[in-house]
Formats: sequence, C-alpha cells, structure tokens
Amino acid sequence: MNSTTIRFLLNGEQVEAQADPRIHAIDFLREQFELSSPRVGCEHGVCGACTIRVDGQIIRGCLMLSMQLDGSKVDTIEGLTAAGEIADLQEAFVARNAVQCGFCTSGMLLTGQDFLTGARSISREAIREHLSGNYCRCTGYEAIVDAIESVAVRRGIQVTREAS
Amino acid sequence: MNAPLTEQEQESLTRKTLIGASIARPNARRLVDGAAVYIDDVRLPRLLHVVFVRSTFPAARLRRIDTAAAAKAPGVVAVYTGRDLAETIAPMVATLAHFKGMKAAPQPALAIDRVCWQGEPIVAIVATKVRLAEDAAALVEIDYEEQSAVASLDAALDPSAPVIHPELGDNVCFTREIDTGNVDTTFTTSDVVVERTFRFPRHTGVCLEGRSVIGDYSASDQRLTVYISHQAPHMIQDCYARLLGLTESAVRVICRDVGGSYGIKTHVYGDELATCAISMLLKRPVKFVADRLESFISDIHSRDHRVHMRMGFSADGTLRGVELRDFLAIGPYSVYPRTSVVEGNQIVNIAAQWYGHEAYRATMVNVFTNMCQYSNYRAVGHPVAIGATEGMMDVAARALGLDPIVIRQKNLLRDDAFPCQTPSGMKFEAMSHQECLQRIVRNMDLPALRDEQRTLRQRGIFRGIGVISMIEITNPSAQFYGVGGARISAQDGCTVRMEPSGSIVVLNGAGEQGQGTETVFAQVAAQAIGVHFSQVRVITGDTDMTPYGGGTWASRAAGVGGEATWQAARELRQNLLALAAVVTNRPAQSLDIAESWVIDRRTAEQITPLSELGRIAYFRPDTLGAFQAELCVTRHAVPKDYPFTFTNGAIACHLEVDVETGFIKLLKFWVVEDCGTILNKQLVDEQVRGALVQGIGPTLYEQCLYDEKGHLMNGNMVDYLVPMAFEMPDMEVDHVSTPTRSTELGAKGAGEAGTAGAPAAILNALNDALAPFSTELFDMPFTPEKVLRALGRL
Repeated sequence: MNSTTIRFLLNGEQVEAQADPRIHAIDFLREQFELSSPRVGCEHGVCGACTIRVDGQIIRGCLMLSMQLDGSKVDTIEGLTAAGEIADLQEAFVARNAVQCGFCTSGMLLTGQDFLTGARSISREAIREHLSGNYCRCTGYEAIVDAIESVAVRRGIQVTREAS
Repeated sequence: MNAPLTEQEQESLTRKTLIGASIARPNARRLVDGAAVYIDDVRLPRLLHVVFVRSTFPAARLRRIDTAAAAKAPGVVAVYTGRDLAETIAPMVATLAHFKGMKAAPQPALAIDRVCWQGEPIVAIVATKVRLAEDAAALVEIDYEEQSAVASLDAALDPSAPVIHPELGDNVCFTREIDTGNVDTTFTTSDVVVERTFRFPRHTGVCLEGRSVIGDYSASDQRLTVYISHQAPHMIQDCYARLLGLTESAVRVICRDVGGSYGIKTHVYGDELATCAISMLLKRPVKFVADRLESFISDIHSRDHRVHMRMGFSADGTLRGVELRDFLAIGPYSVYPRTSVVEGNQIVNIAAQWYGHEAYRATMVNVFTNMCQYSNYRAVGHPVAIGATEGMMDVAARALGLDPIVIRQKNLLRDDAFPCQTPSGMKFEAMSHQECLQRIVRNMDLPALRDEQRTLRQRGIFRGIGVISMIEITNPSAQFYGVGGARISAQDGCTVRMEPSGSIVVLNGAGEQGQGTETVFAQVAAQAIGVHFSQVRVITGDTDMTPYGGGTWASRAAGVGGEATWQAARELRQNLLALAAVVTNRPAQSLDIAESWVIDRRTAEQITPLSELGRIAYFRPDTLGAFQAELCVTRHAVPKDYPFTFTNGAIACHLEVDVETGFIKLLKFWVVEDCGTILNKQLVDEQVRGALVQGIGPTLYEQCLYDEKGHLMNGNMVDYLVPMAFEMPDMEVDHVSTPTRSTELGAKGAGEAGTAGAPAAILNALNDALAPFSTELFDMPFTPEKVLRALGRL
C-alpha cells in the first residue's frame, strides 16, 4: 500500500504529512514531527509510555495506525506544556518527586489530566485505578498518586476517602 | 504520608540548612515537559539503525547463516555476522581474581558457530530505517542444529546434564564456602533447630527505556563517541576501548537521560558493543534500541535461587548457629565485566549477619545454564539473604513460641555493639537495629494491628503482619571489583568551579538516572561553599568533561560522589576566602561566605558579593599583585576505613489474603531506614518507596518462566507481570540517622534497601496470615495458585 497524505491538528497547529500504512501513530509522530514526549516502551499496548491525546481521548500511540490520525486533533506533552494546560500537574510532579527516570512521565501526566478533567469527586483508590494501565518502574506510584491528589484539591475537586 | 522529621533531622536542617532539605529536583522539569533526551531522541546526521537477528534456540550449532537476501533488501547498508566482527571486537571473559576458582568461557559480541541462549544475537543488520532493517532480518536464513539445553537450576545441578562449555569441564561457574568450623557441634547442642527451603524466582529489570546506544565513530578525529543509556560511563569507556582496540582517550561516553536502569545498565552487552564496532567499520553513527521483546531475552536476568537454611537456638530463643546452602542458576556466560557471581557471593557474606551467633556455615553453588544472561540487578543478593534469614526468624519464633518482635530484639546486634566483625567476616561500623525495630513497632501501632487481626479472623478475614530487620551494602570500596582486577572505579572525582558571575559548576563522575543524584550534589556544593542552591549547576555523564568516577550502582553515588563534591566545594570555599582576604584587605579567618556574599564571620556584615570576586579574579587579576586565585578545584573520594558501608533498617508489611481466590492484597508498608546523613529527605523517601515496589514485584508477580527446553515463555509485558498502581499500597517511611564516620558528610546509600527487604516482609506477613490454616509458603512469587494449593483448595 502506498503512503497517503494526511492532515490533522497537532498541538494546535494544522499539519500535513505522508503517512505510511504500516507505521503506527507513535513512530509517525516521533519520526515525522520529531516529537519526543511520547515514548516507545513496549509497542504492545501495555506500558502506557506512548500515550497521546486524540480528539480529547487518551490513546496508546502504539495501538493506533498513523493514517487514523487524519482529520483529528492530536495533543502531546509538548503542546500541553506550551499551552499551559497541565502546568499545575507538572509543577506538582516536580514538587512531589513523582518522576524519577521520567520515561513514563508523559503518559502519567496525560492519564492524570484525563482523570481530573471533568471530575467532581475522586479518591486515591480511583486515581490508582485510573493509572493502572501506566507502568512506572521507579517511583512505586505513591508520589504520582500524591501529586495528582494535590492537584485535585487545588482544582477544587472533592477528595473522598475510600473504605479501607 | 511522610513521617514527621525526627529531632535529629530537625537539628540537621537547622545546622546545615541545605543538607537533608527536601529540595525538588531542578532536572525533573525537563522530564515533565517532555523534553528529556533518551537515546532514541538523539538524532545525528547520516544516522543508521541496527537490528539483531537473535537465536530462537537455547542451544544450537550454527551450520549455515545466509544473509545474501537480507543484504540486498531495501535500505540495507551492511550485514554482519559474529565472524565478520571477530577481528574488530575482542571476546569478553568475565572472571575476577578474588573469586577463587571461578570459571567462565569467552563470550563473543555476536554468536560464532554456536548459540548458548535463546536471544543471543547472531546477525546485525544495518539500514537507513529501523523498520527496513527489521524487514531484512526476516530474510536471514539460519540453519540451526539444535542441541539439548540446560534449562533450569535443577537441570544444571544434574551431573548428567550436557556441559555447556566442554573446555570448562562442568557447568559449575563458582562455588564458595564460609565456615567458622563449629557449626555441627553448635547444632547438636542447640535446643531448637529449624530448617526450611526457599525459592527466589528468576526475574529481570524491565527498564521502560530499553537498552540503547549510538556509536558515532569519526574517521577524521579517530574517536568513537558512545551515547548510551547506562549507569557507569567511565567503565564503558575503559571496556569499549580495550575490547575495540582503541586508546582510552579515543572513546568518549555520554550518558544523558536514562529511562530506568536498576543495575540492568551496568554491564557490557554484545549487541551494544557490536553497534559501536559497526560504527567504526562504516564510519557513520549507528543506533541500537532494544525493543521490548528482545529486552526480555537479552537484558540480564537475576536471582533464581534455591536456598536451604537452618538455624539453631537455645530454649530461651538465643540464636546460636546458622547454616545456609545457596544454589543459583546464571546464564551460559559470566557477564562482562562485573561477572555473574556477585549475587551469590553477597549472600554468603551477609546472610544472618545482623544477628549475633557463634557458628556460621554458608555454601554457594553458581551454575551455568542455557537461559538468558544473568548478572547484578538492584540489591544484588540482598533479597535472597534477607528473605531467607528473616523468613527463618519467624519460623523460629513460631517454633519457640516467641513473638517475632521479641526474637529479633533478643538477637539483633545491639546498637552499642559496633564496630564489630561478624562470623562471616563482614566489618560493621555502626548500625541502629534496635532503634529501628522499636520505631517501626511504634509507627505501625503493632498492638492495634494485632487486635484488629484477631477480630477480623473471627469474621473470616485473614490479615498478616510481617516485620523484618535488614542490612544493605552501600558505598563499596575497591574490595568490590578493583581487588579482583576489574577496571571499575571505586572512587569518584568531582570538580567544582566558580564562574565570573559567582555561579557554581559541579562536574562529577557519578551520574543521574532519576535518583536525584545531581540535586544532592548541588545541595552539598551549595552548603559547603555558602551559595544559594539555585546558583549551582551540575554536569554528569560525560567522560570528556567529568573527573573519573565509578558511576551509579551499589548505592554509591550519594555517599562517594557526594563526599567528593563536599571535599572539592570545601576547598573552593577556602580558595574564595583567600581571594576575598586579598580583595578586601582583611584576614581570611575573619571572613565567611553566606548567600553568595563574603561576610564578616563575627558580625555577619555583607562585605562583597562572590560575583565581585569573580570579576576581579577573571578580568582584573592585575589588581591582585602576586596572588593567584584558584577558582576551580578537583577532589576525589573513596571509602577506605571499611570495605563497605552497611546501612540497616526495618520493614513491615500488612496484607490480606483472600482464602477463596488466593489473591493477596497489600494494605500498607512501613519502613524505618538508616542511611546515615540524609542529603535530601524526599529523594531518600522516594528511593525507598520505588525500591520497595521493585521488591514487591518478584515476591508476588514477576518470574521469567522457561519451558523444559529453555525457551522463555512469558517474555512480553502482557505475560510478565509487574507491580501496577492499583495493586500497590501506600508506604510510610521514617528514618534513624547514624552517619558513617568514614566520610565528613556521613551519607550512606539508600537506593536498594526497599528492594532488599520487601520480599522478606511480604513472606512473613503472608505466613502470618496463613497461620490459622497451619500452612506456610516459601516459594516466590506467591501467586494465587500457590496460595490456594497451600490452603488445600486446589
């Protein structure tokens, strides 16, 4: 199959590129646009390092084909950083040391933001459940849960205690 | 969830404002902004990509390798076999002189004539894109003559097993025995003798960033630049120079952001070495990034022990004799240059040594197999030594009718018993076992947990509590590798310089893989000189720039690299005061430095800023007369008083066993850790938590499962389970601080204790939960199936 021209909104900018049918979205974005924030961790949809946001939904860049991005709105950490959308979450990750080697961090931030967006009431257990598709080998997760919880408080989201 | 600061910490914070302070890592900013640079993010002009065709058989002769079709495939630039690279890369032989009698066969970077494990690289395919190289890889035809493989620990211990390297005579790589000589009589005169067999599974590191390297050979400069995801840049420089026939100065190693390492990235791997050799042959940069599936079959594996342990006690619960027999299965080679025997060696050195006893005998048999290569992984040997020892202490407590806390209080080395030498020969400087145990019992409110446990049992809810004591080897001296002939630095060098503006640059041979190393170096330097933390910039991970150092492994960076930083910064401070004395025409001893100002030591009056000293020293030295300012200082540090600086601590686990499904739910962990002087409390706490969860992995989930022919059956992230957020508990971390007197800073290592102690804490909590059913488990990982079998429900 030949490559096809696709057009989409990448981090707020209208872009156009040749998409090869065999290339998944993560390699496409990393190679064609030199984005580095989505990381390649497992290439079989388990680790969550390649998480990107497509039309407002977080997805695994290794489980989506590049051509499927045609006509969509794609956000990565580069774009969210520039727009300031997750500045509080990033700040909390740094302050709480919710990042060690950093390889999972883009996925954790996008997943954390996905969890907090539109939430009215959360619990630590619910944070953990929402993060359960994102692998982190360094932190043991607690600092990440703490960071997300602290941002929830600052955003005025009610934090409830789960039953022990 | 952090415990409040102790009095000692408070005092430390007051006295040395920056030492111990929970300052956030400045270099974490680029990680959260998505701006980190891992190897796959490094893009060089004319970059080529290499992929490796790996053995599908655990043991086979290579009758024929046909690469003709692959060489003609689109985008392919070159194809190499092991024989093609044999003249460029010397084989690796990993033995060390202090491991007497150790054997190992030479290991080629790519297989030559035979393969010894499933995953061994055979053919390198170089192409303009990774996917084109992968396409071509599918065209390589290899005619294997399969041989029977040695596919497990038991198979390797069987004298009738095939000998993997006939020239070595048998499959035994290394054995060691420590014997105080009085063991048998001690056991015959003991009142109670307990004995159990433990199994610790083979598992691996699963770094989220796979091993990766770029070799960039410049024919013009005749220099090889190695960008590598690694923990020990100078070790790589030395090893690559010698194995590739280059001079040391012709190799520059750069380690930028490293996406997880945990010991996996302290070794020399054939595929990474081959990537650099190919760059030399092609005179172009070549990149290799291990994908997930090949990581499982080529990253080092670790553990895989069967341990028999026996302890003899007096009727009053006094430990008298300890016997340990450890059998462990490595891979077909000893991994270069650290070998594959350090794990077992550590176990016989440290097992039970934090308890007083009069007789000790430990034997270790380390055997080759046709499973994946094997070497040091986080907390080398400790989870096994501590798991077996602490498991036995609880077994003994049950046999003696003693409370698990009481038997420990009775037998743990007393806090005033140091320094001392243990029956195995370890030298301990200072520890706080009794205080840590007392503290953890208080922090967890153990009596309340026991009450709750009794109440819940009546309702059919089975919770368990496990409390363990432990030690950890940190800050290793040259006794670790150097004495055996390995060219792995025990010392770290640090250069500290002041720039004209008064800002400080620190260059250190130990580096960062996310632990916060650079942050604590900045804290130490800022404290020593008297400048604000934000004035300090730290550079690590480049052999062209930093002084020579060992890197980051064995919990050494903060303790050894930190001390070098302290010494260099203190010296720079003296030089600044001497300069200030000339500039201000006041005696140096009347001056001090604080907040980047030269101040009057007595009145704290601000006299002149460091930026003014910088201006004069660099741009108007003509005004200083004969005085020569020295604003760049290098100092080195290495542990000398003791071979290792041992830390100690206590860990407690609270869990619940679902007796219907066999699932174990972790409820909470408590840790009380003594890493001496705490350089940054939050960073230490997070090292403890992260390490703890890495210890939880192989205790409950992780295991490299091999079939009887030596094929890895679960080498992917779907089937190889690791701890995920939902299953993990919160962990309460507290500290006791017993600084080492070996250094001025007093810092011991903190990066591995959690991994070392978590398995034992879970084991004891599980068996405590299972106690009403009169059953126990010692075979990790504790899967639901094993729990149900132990309960007789399966």
